[in-house]
Amino acid sequence: MDKEHACDTVEKIEIQLFLEGVFRLYGYDFRDYASASMRRRILQLMEIEKVSTVSELQSMVLHHEKWMERLLMAVSVNVTAMFRDPPFYTSFREKVLPLLASLPLIRIWHVGCSTGEEVYSMAILLKEAGLYDKAKIYATDINEVVLNKAKNGIYPLSLMKEYTDNYIMAKCGGVFSQYYTADDKNAVFNEGMRKKIIWAQHNLVTDSSFNEFDVILCRNVMIYFNKSLQNKVHELLYGSLKANGILGLGTAETLRFTVFENRYKELDRKMKLFQKVM
Amino acid sequence: MNYGIVVAGASLGGLHALRTLLQGLPKDFPLPVAIVQHRGKDSGEPLSTYLQSCSALEIVEAEDKDKIVSGRVYVAPADYHLLIEDGWFSLSTEPQVRYSRPSIDILFESAAYAYGKKAIGVLLTGANQDGAAGLKKIKERGGLTIAQDPVTAECGVMPGSAIAARAVDRVLPLERISGFLREKATRAIPQGEKI
Repeated sequence: MDKEHACDTVEKIEIQLFLEGVFRLYGYDFRDYASASMRRRILQLMEIEKVSTVSELQSMVLHHEKWMERLLMAVSVNVTAMFRDPPFYTSFREKVLPLLASLPLIRIWHVGCSTGEEVYSMAILLKEAGLYDKAKIYATDINEVVLNKAKNGIYPLSLMKEYTDNYIMAKCGGVFSQYYTADDKNAVFNEGMRKKIIWAQHNLVTDSSFNEFDVILCRNVMIYFNKSLQNKVHELLYGSLKANGILGLGTAETLRFTVFENRYKELDRKMKLFQKVM
Repeated sequence: MNYGIVVAGASLGGLHALRTLLQGLPKDFPLPVAIVQHRGKDSGEPLSTYLQSCSALEIVEAEDKDKIVSGRVYVAPADYHLLIEDGWFSLSTEPQVRYSRPSIDILFESAAYAYGKKAIGVLLTGANQDGAAGLKKIKERGGLTIAQDPVTAECGVMPGSAIAARAVDRVLPLERISGFLREKATRAIPQGEKI
């Protein structure tokens, strides 16, 4: 075995053992995450913390709980934006909101909500359609640090330009700035926009379903999972959707490689909006 | 020498360069090709549609967990990183790397890791430094690395950075890259063979 190859094999074994240890000690299960990006994020953390082997990192994480928090921040991807992929929101308004309008109560589960930007976007969409008062949005994430940020609804003012552009591109009808109050540094989302949102820590890999929903949004969450874990999570989502419920995925995600491909019909092929049919 | 995949990266001037590269690859080209082209978040028409008009190979925007199939060209979708796993692609919305998502470095590094000496990396025209570190990883792990001759590039900075970083095995003018790839890819790695 050549030297490079030997190092690789050792590293691969170390990562497996590390993730196994983290699962057994802390209950966070990253064992079935897609390995290339998981490896990348572990190596990145090692570089920042100046440790040279995964085993060294493992020792730190297993012996000190505060390192588990660092690891969780490092391996969970928290890139998000208000009205991210504006055409998704346009499509949701045109194709999904009419289906929800006649319901007495609209239950939405936003899975992997991170710092909350996309949850507030959905709240705005519902508000502008006159549906917000009968909606309940359950927003969950594995990571409590980002959930607390989401709950506060405070975002740097510097981002509002981009978010306003997205809002306009999503063809919303109002004025974006009416939904927040700005000081010289931050934008704080209005209390009225937050009252129907329930924030909760939920681990998609190890926790079970907690309700039945009319809409589940799980965008760019499962791309970090391998195929077998994706199937497992799809089973959970499918089981948590009411009949004719709506599933929204990220624009580069697909149901093609899952066993649930035929259980949904496409509402929007490009924007990845699906409706449960059986 | 048997290769398993071609990964290519381009930035400024890349649309023209990629068309030239793909035009030179025949219908029976035996390797999968994965491409990162830097572009804006919402570039309207998919890049795959634009490139398809000049290629005999099937060109698709990669979707999450797409199986890597020989003779097919996969383009990283706008605003996603494209990574290579063991026989399939995965996508990521991790932060931009060198101001780019998709990042050439991320594609190249994951190719180096998954394919080792069976990876071929091609770095084309561009105005930034993305790709040099990734190409170096491919080279370090025994893969074959090619840079477009900066003189023939619309912008020579990107291939030039890789050459300066000693990450490049062959510097070739744009017109000769596809011929070189054809020559190197005469036999594909049989599917299922351990990389």
